[in-house]
Amino acid sequence: MVNETKKVMMEVKNINLRFGGVIAIKGVSFDIQEGEIRAIIGPNGAGKSSMLNVINGFYHPQEGEIWFNGEKRPSMEPYEVAKTGIARTFQNIALFKGMTTIENVMTGRQLQMNKNFFWQMLRYGPAIEEEVKHRKRCEEIIDFLEINNIRKTPVGSLPYGLQKRVELARALAMEPELLLLDEPMAGMNVEEKQDMSRFIVDVNEEFGTTIALIEHDMGVVMDLADRVVVLNYGELLADGTPKQIQADQAVIDAYLGVPH
Amino acid sequence: MDFLTGIFVTPFAEMIDMPDLFFQALWDGFVSGTLYGLIALGFVLIFKASGVFNFAQPILVVLAALALISFYKMGIPAWISVICVLIMFYGLAWLIERLILRKLVNTDGNILFMSTVALSFIIIGAAQWIFGGRPSSMIHKELGFPTGSLEWPMFGGGVYFELLDISAAVVAVLLIIALGLFFSRTKIGRGLRAVADDPQAALSVGISLNQIWVIVWFVAGVVALVTGIFWGARSDVSFALQIIGFKALPVLIIGGFTSVPGAIVGGLMIGLGEKIFEIYWGPLLGSGVEGWFAYFIALGFLLFKPQGLFGDKIIERV
Repeated sequence: MVNETKKVMMEVKNINLRFGGVIAIKGVSFDIQEGEIRAIIGPNGAGKSSMLNVINGFYHPQEGEIWFNGEKRPSMEPYEVAKTGIARTFQNIALFKGMTTIENVMTGRQLQMNKNFFWQMLRYGPAIEEEVKHRKRCEEIIDFLEINNIRKTPVGSLPYGLQKRVELARALAMEPELLLLDEPMAGMNVEEKQDMSRFIVDVNEEFGTTIALIEHDMGVVMDLADRVVVLNYGELLADGTPKQIQADQAVIDAYLGVPH
Repeated sequence: MDFLTGIFVTPFAEMIDMPDLFFQALWDGFVSGTLYGLIALGFVLIFKASGVFNFAQPILVVLAALALISFYKMGIPAWISVICVLIMFYGLAWLIERLILRKLVNTDGNILFMSTVALSFIIIGAAQWIFGGRPSSMIHKELGFPTGSLEWPMFGGGVYFELLDISAAVVAVLLIIALGLFFSRTKIGRGLRAVADDPQAALSVGISLNQIWVIVWFVAGVVALVTGIFWGARSDVSFALQIIGFKALPVLIIGGFTSVPGAIVGGLMIGLGEKIFEIYWGPLLGSGVEGWFAYFIALGFLLFKPQGLFGDKIIERV
């Protein structure tokens, strides 16, 4: 659903990220347009997750600029980035394992709860309205992702596929403008992948959330993504629509190897 | 045979024979139990938030008590002195976060633990330098806590209630309820649990680790202040007071390092257990049972239920 008049939501410019002598990202620039599903692909160690961590504030690049909603972003910590409307999920599920599904999802509302802690303690007055309002929204998201049957289950005991879904629910509870998904379908079977793909498309279309995702399954990427960035050894290899990427000789070489 | 009777028959016969004495023992045990629970609570809060056994917690109790007395001696009214100590602890929490925790985030638990050991020695040194090392007495009277005792006729005898013990128990129970509500219902409490569970994920939903750490260390300071006031009132305030911190260890082992209710239940078990055991079984073993009873129970827990009654399976980090 890309149309030509799309506004650029996020732009990374000439990002360089080094860990000691190891260069993780080398001069990478690309943009993410409002409302699109943007895939970031590449072989293992290409710098995809590092790129997400840069956008998310976990890593601070030595050089380069990040522009978000038309403004250059200063160096930020992850919790500050969250406040600007960017949510994410992790490659290795990062849930609050001691909490139930609904409690996990409620943490996504953390930033929007601002009543005095004294009222919250007493569950009195304005704090009750607040709690009810946010809980309602969380229940809607839980319904949307079809995980209402595990609402009260501690997430540590859930199967992998469902944990991934709870993580997505928590990110959605933040009502982000930009949602970063780090391998949302890793380790899933075909059926689970189909479910997850459907949810990603639904989130994009129904909530209008812009999504940037890393994924290894090429079939999924080609189906879901409006545009694709390809990274290889920390460098930008290609950038375009799935069709263009599939036909790109450099990409084919990187994935299949060049005959010697 | 006499020995077995001494263990299994005589103590219970005595309990039934003199219910007033038994009730007295229960009350005394309850009071020291809540106070043990309070000390343990300070450890639990910090362990939950940053996964570190805070070696400096007992010295915070001494620092709170010493600072309170010093402020009062400077001519500041008693309750204003309490506020001054709170402000001081907020500053201290902020400094600890800035200078220690922030630098050591994501390092091994042992490194954090060693840094709290260092912190405790820094605080000892600083406190001796600023407040002096001489024992002084607590200002609980000036704070308006009643002294003296009440005798209540009961079961044909009488039970003594120290008024100070009653206020200690009341304040401890109120503090525990308040903390329970604070951590289960407020945004900050949720944030704390999130940080304890997975710091990275907590950051990604917008929770600031730094803010949570400052709050938790401050709350641990508040708990230390209350502990300091009531323990200080029972003896002198001096650096020897930090030894009560060691009493918190068995409490933590029994209740679990991560559980607020565990700290309370563990505290009560130790408090009640050692009083009852001392009075009824103590004579069999010579006296001084109170000194080792807690550790004996804790050893049993370590052997058979190392995670404690309410704890997570996290004890290996200590």
